[in-house]
Amino acid sequence: MTYDLMTYDLVVIGGGAAGVAGALSAAQRGLRVALIDSGARLGGQYFRHPAVPPHPATSGLDRFVRQTRALSERAELLLGHQVWSVSREPGGDLTVHCVTTPGDGSGERPVEVRGRRLLLATGAHDRPLPFPGWDLPGVLTAGGAQALLKGNGVVAGQRVVVAGTGPFLLPVAAGLAAAGARVLGVHEANGGLGLARHPVLALAKAGEAASYALSLARHRVPYRPRTAVLAAHGGDRLEAVTVARLDRDWNVLSTRRVACDTLATGYGFTPQTDLGVQLGCDTRRDADGSPVLAVDDRQRTGVPGVWAAGEPTGVGGWRLAELEGRLAGLAAADDAGLAAAGESAAREAGAALPEVLVRRRDRMRAFARALLEAYPVKDGWQGWLRDDTLVCRCEEVPLSRLREAQDLGATDARSIKLLARPGMGWCQGRICGYPVACLAGEEPAPPRRPVVQPITLAALAEDLSAEPPTGGPS
Amino acid sequence: MTFQITIDGRPVPVTPGQTIGAALHAAGVRSWRTTRFGGRPRGLFCGIGVCFDCLVTVNGRPPERACLLEARPGDEVTTS
Ligand SMILES: Cc1cc2nc3c(=O)[nH]c(=O)nc-3n(C[C@H](O)[C@H](O)[C@H](O)COP(=O)(O)OP(=O)(O)OC[C@H]3O[C@@H](n4cnc5c(N)ncnc54)[C@H](O)[C@@H]3O)c2cc1C
Ligand code: FES
Repeated sequence: MTYDLMTYDLVVIGGGAAGVAGALSAAQRGLRVALIDSGARLGGQYFRHPAVPPHPATSGLDRFVRQTRALSERAELLLGHQVWSVSREPGGDLTVHCVTTPGDGSGERPVEVRGRRLLLATGAHDRPLPFPGWDLPGVLTAGGAQALLKGNGVVAGQRVVVAGTGPFLLPVAAGLAAAGARVLGVHEANGGLGLARHPVLALAKAGEAASYALSLARHRVPYRPRTAVLAAHGGDRLEAVTVARLDRDWNVLSTRRVACDTLATGYGFTPQTDLGVQLGCDTRRDADGSPVLAVDDRQRTGVPGVWAAGEPTGVGGWRLAELEGRLAGLAAADDAGLAAAGESAAREAGAALPEVLVRRRDRMRAFARALLEAYPVKDGWQGWLRDDTLVCRCEEVPLSRLREAQDLGATDARSIKLLARPGMGWCQGRICGYPVACLAGEEPAPPRRPVVQPITLAALAEDLSAEPPTGGPS
Repeated sequence: MTFQITIDGRPVPVTPGQTIGAALHAAGVRSWRTTRFGGRPRGLFCGIGVCFDCLVTVNGRPPERACLLEARPGDEVTTS
């Protein structure tokens, strides 16, 4: 079905900090806005909250919930809708293709939403690294443990180890400890001094980091820089991990075993850029080598009518995501106003955005870049793998099969994928794409996925046979 | 204020709004399927619908992601 046969002034994909701020600021300027999210509730990753209170202690959540109320009065909210592609109509409008599964048991059905403009605010997902035993049940991504707690009120385990790199490990460990888990240690593979050493970081983040450090101290959670989890052990569930001391390149110095039932692990985030790549948006390399959508000062991508905000333009946390969303919404509203007035030259340049917001965004971006530089992924992790360690969990491809493909002459990640099949399974390389690129000695390529969410053939057939959408009132 | 679902006939309590995956995990069930080739156990991993480790069969329907699927009273989970 084509939603309401209406052409919206702006369609926003993603209902996290960035998407909600963008949709609200555009709607407040009079644009007709639709916001689409696959989740049952708005919030995205940071503002995730359960259907029934009590809500998790999340700074800024009250304000966010107020924003969502204001938004629901001014915009169309399509929750429980998964976007699988976006296409361009001959007249220039964009059609967003989604599927949704109504609760009446009638199965998945396609939905199309049309817009003159699009804001991509699809966030990011965890970036785990492979190691022996990482597919044992009980090993979760750091964000996964956080999502269980924030969205479901479920504490991931009783004896929990937290490991990886980056400042995100701190709130995850603090959250688990406060909820009653025994957190046996936070293992930061980098120096951990990153925060204090970098002048930008020392200034900007000291407050927040200090409050987590305090909370960890209160729960007697040891924070151990230059250590990592090298392996997970157990029969059909996690029983113990091997923890190692590392040198600065993440080579192993010594190891010990720690009994636990849960591991929460993450080495940063991978921005979800696939819909932008599908539309032909330019990408650039972020400070950590991740491909991200390139945007100008006004959050415009290189493709006319398409804006991007939040993690897809570079990982920087919810505050930056919200600010970028707000600026994108304002810029889209300006664009609509100038289009209505027939001012095509002014539209190209764009009207001025509020200086304070622009300056604050630029400062926060510099801070985000400094954080990425302070917590890099070092090549030493590749030495933690054994021949039989799965690199791709979906297709169950061990390291040895990757090496065989390389011996057969597959020198780049793309040829390795064709020969050994990592990244050809259900997750479409979202989890193994980064490690496979690293093992091939490359930086990860922008993801090419013609269909970004799995859909049933029935829904696809229905979408293809749908009447060409007729433009609604506009 | 909880309701029940079952896994292979055994009852599992659910707080309204919880996903199938969260309810199973909270009840100490860490895996509910095995992989095609190695027969390895799988449960939650990413928790947000990205990895597809948590695929689950509910009420005999084709597999869905347990971490996204909200539990409804009486849902029957079967493991393979
Ligand atoms: C699992 C996880 C947990 C996190 N927890 C925290 C935390 O506790 N504290 C913290 O500071 N940071 C956390 N982060 C970091 C987080 O990325 C940012 O803090 C913040 O959420 C970014 O906001 P955003 O609006 O850019 O993206 P998000 O909040 O990620 O929002 C993106 C939204 O887009 C939707 N979406 C994406 N693709 C599609 C599609 N194809 N169709 C429909 N909808 C789609 C998603 O469902 C999501 O709701 C977490 C990250 C992850 C991955
Ligand atoms: S746990 Fe990754 S998709 Fe459900």
